[in-house]
Amino acid sequence: MSNTSTHSNYQPSHHILSVLVQNRAGVLARVSGLFARRGYNIFSLAVAPAEDPALSRITIVVDVDSAPLEQIVKQLFKLIDVVKISELDPRRSVERELMMATIRVAAEDRGQVVELTNIFEGKILAVGVEAITVSLEGSPDKLDDFEELLRGYGIVELQRTGRVALPKLDKEARVRTHKNGKAS
Amino acid sequence: MTEQLTGAQALIRALELENVDTIFGLPGGCILPAYDPLLDSSIRHILVRHEQGAGHMAEGFAHVTGRPGVVLVTSGPAATNMVTPLCDAFMDSIPMICITGQVPTSAIGTDAFQECDTVGITRSVTKHNELIMSADDIPLVVRQAFHIATTGRPGPVLIDVPKDVLQNKMTWHWPTDEEVLASLPGYKPTTKGHPRMIKEAARLILDAKQPVLYVGGGILKARAAEVLIELAELIGTPVVTTLMARGAFPDNHPLCLGMPGMHGNATAITAMQKSDLLINLGARFDDRITGKVSTFAPGAKIIHVDIDPAEQGKVRRPDVPIVGDCRLVIEELVKTIREMLASGDTQADISDWKSRVSGWQEQFPLYYPPNEPGEALKPQFCLEKLRDLAPAGTILCSGVGQHQMWSSQYWHFNEPYTWVNSGGLGTMGFSIPAAIGAKVGCPDRTVWAVDGDGCFQMTAQELVTASVERIPIKVAVLNNSYLGMVRQWQEMFYEERYSEVYLSPELPDFVKWAEAMGCVGIRVESPEEVEPAIALANSINDRSVVIEFRVDAGEKVFPMVPAGYGNDDVLLHPNQNDRREFLR
Ligand SMILES: Cc1ncc(C[n+]2csc(CCOP(=O)(O)OP(=O)(O)O)c2C)c(N)n1
Ligand SMILES: [Mg+2]
Repeated sequence: MSNTSTHSNYQPSHHILSVLVQNRAGVLARVSGLFARRGYNIFSLAVAPAEDPALSRITIVVDVDSAPLEQIVKQLFKLIDVVKISELDPRRSVERELMMATIRVAAEDRGQVVELTNIFEGKILAVGVEAITVSLEGSPDKLDDFEELLRGYGIVELQRTGRVALPKLDKEARVRTHKNGKAS
Repeated sequence: MTEQLTGAQALIRALELENVDTIFGLPGGCILPAYDPLLDSSIRHILVRHEQGAGHMAEGFAHVTGRPGVVLVTSGPAATNMVTPLCDAFMDSIPMICITGQVPTSAIGTDAFQECDTVGITRSVTKHNELIMSADDIPLVVRQAFHIATTGRPGPVLIDVPKDVLQNKMTWHWPTDEEVLASLPGYKPTTKGHPRMIKEAARLILDAKQPVLYVGGGILKARAAEVLIELAELIGTPVVTTLMARGAFPDNHPLCLGMPGMHGNATAITAMQKSDLLINLGARFDDRITGKVSTFAPGAKIIHVDIDPAEQGKVRRPDVPIVGDCRLVIEELVKTIREMLASGDTQADISDWKSRVSGWQEQFPLYYPPNEPGEALKPQFCLEKLRDLAPAGTILCSGVGQHQMWSSQYWHFNEPYTWVNSGGLGTMGFSIPAAIGAKVGCPDRTVWAVDGDGCFQMTAQELVTASVERIPIKVAVLNNSYLGMVRQWQEMFYEERYSEVYLSPELPDFVKWAEAMGCVGIRVESPEEVEPAIALANSINDRSVVIEFRVDAGEKVFPMVPAGYGNDDVLLHPNQNDRREFLR
């Protein structure tokens, strides 16, 4: 269970954009349409209303190689509904994700999955005769590790939410915040 | 005192309050309610024959007036017909407001008759678009649309209005500027350049030994043509004007080198290539200008002034990026340079550079072989005659193809806003409707459309609109019986294997067609007929005139930087190839 944020020379393979948008019809289509049209790859995307109900926060994770981040940010900013964009440095941010998984497991082996889930501080959501549904909330890497171990048992269904992120309180995670002087 | 209006009445009143005096449109089911209050409005409505025509008319109108062109059309097929002009306006940063009807709100999403997802379809070809779901929102959305279309980097904005929203009652309220701005928290274009960047730019300019002012359409959008002359003369620096910026700096000015790029002249192309400082004012390093980017102006430092921050560093990383309005930035730049000079700074000597540049100009003028008696008419000759006989202040529009490049090359644009053309999208069929829109915007000026035989056949029906609405324009069809530009590429790069580019020398009969549309039609086949025909056309002002020039199908546009080539490898007219080494 590596926590990437503790390695000082770790080079993140992704960018996190925290995009504050006006909470209006079609805004998600505008954002995702822009990524599609300009050939940028979205690795994951999570969206929900923000602290001010007139606004939503979209957390977009982009591959570093997908396109120059600067262009992505500037193009995003041209959308009239985009109010603010923060680039979060993964090394100085808290990232969280939720995963749910249903594992096929015979009754006699169920204990192993339960034990694993407990080690990861996950939850048992449902137990059936030949399957068990578990959930885990945590850093995306922790979820990766858990998912890897569960694969050994046979995953029937798995759903991850995509990550959300906020800056750490003790450090300044915002590499850049684009708010004023946005244009066009 | 609350005034109750229908949504349709509110829409028309909102347009009036935005100072709209002309709408280009065509009615249909869903937009019907809006056409009723239009009868009682002071706004002139121009009924087009195809919605694409309305769109290009609005563009032509906006090009020459600087005010947004307004289009009113119905839902479904009318909205899809608007996609091309919206995209054209988006690519060329032209302010336009397009209002489309939509099926009633209760029917949205049901595949109702003439329903289409207009907002979805036009999202990527508009600066912004909006589906109005309540009649009460109409005034604010209209105000937002005009604000967005005309500020920052201008562009088209589409408003989609369901039929019931037009029919419903609303309480009239005209939002204040503050309300409009507060409703757009994410939209704050930067107009003033950063003072430190302007200082740095001034420093680079004074130190440059081989500077070039690389001028784009942003100069025209910012209405910066005058202050540009001041800057150019202050620093004595040669100016190239891109296809979108023809006329932004006078062609008859001694510092003007004309158009660079794929079909630019050898001097403008080479000056950029050899320059040590490119001062980009409102241009975007388009691929038609740069050629192969990795070999473009390799020794040049870059100052890039653009109101759209996303243009900075998109193609070429600037040494000094300045986000701002070209006029405001150039004014500051002029002031800063003057102050530096006053306090003892000096500008590097650029006289060697300028004599090198004028050497190129002498060696590489535009060239075409003269008309031989009894042989086919040269299209370039027709353009020179059109130019020389044009009344003062003539506005030139063009289609897309060889005739467009010859128009840009051979015309002398000595005034801003006299050139209307489809640069970014390259839309065949642009010229006739755009010329009509330009004539509506500038009724006292002569408007010539130079069109290809291919282009003409895409939108000629709008000449009926011109006749019925009494908007007299003049059209010169350079009929080479070919999709000439494509033919040129097949000749040069596909071993003369001509595939689907031959139209027909006889069909259509352009003269009869012109006459059928209420225009005067004239056919010109030999050089001596050229001047009298043009003079006749220029003397007719109560109707539109179409001159068909039967021109040499074999003429090619030179110089040419083929796609994928670097600008150093520009192909000159074969007749000038022996002098190639002078371009070094
Ligand atoms: C709508 C559209 N379709 C296709 C093209 C590709 N195209 C560019 S120039 C050209 C030929 C135009 O022919 P014509 O109008 O006769 O002009 P010419 O080049 O012969 O002067 C074509 C087909 C285009 N630019 N626009
Ligand atoms: Mg042709």
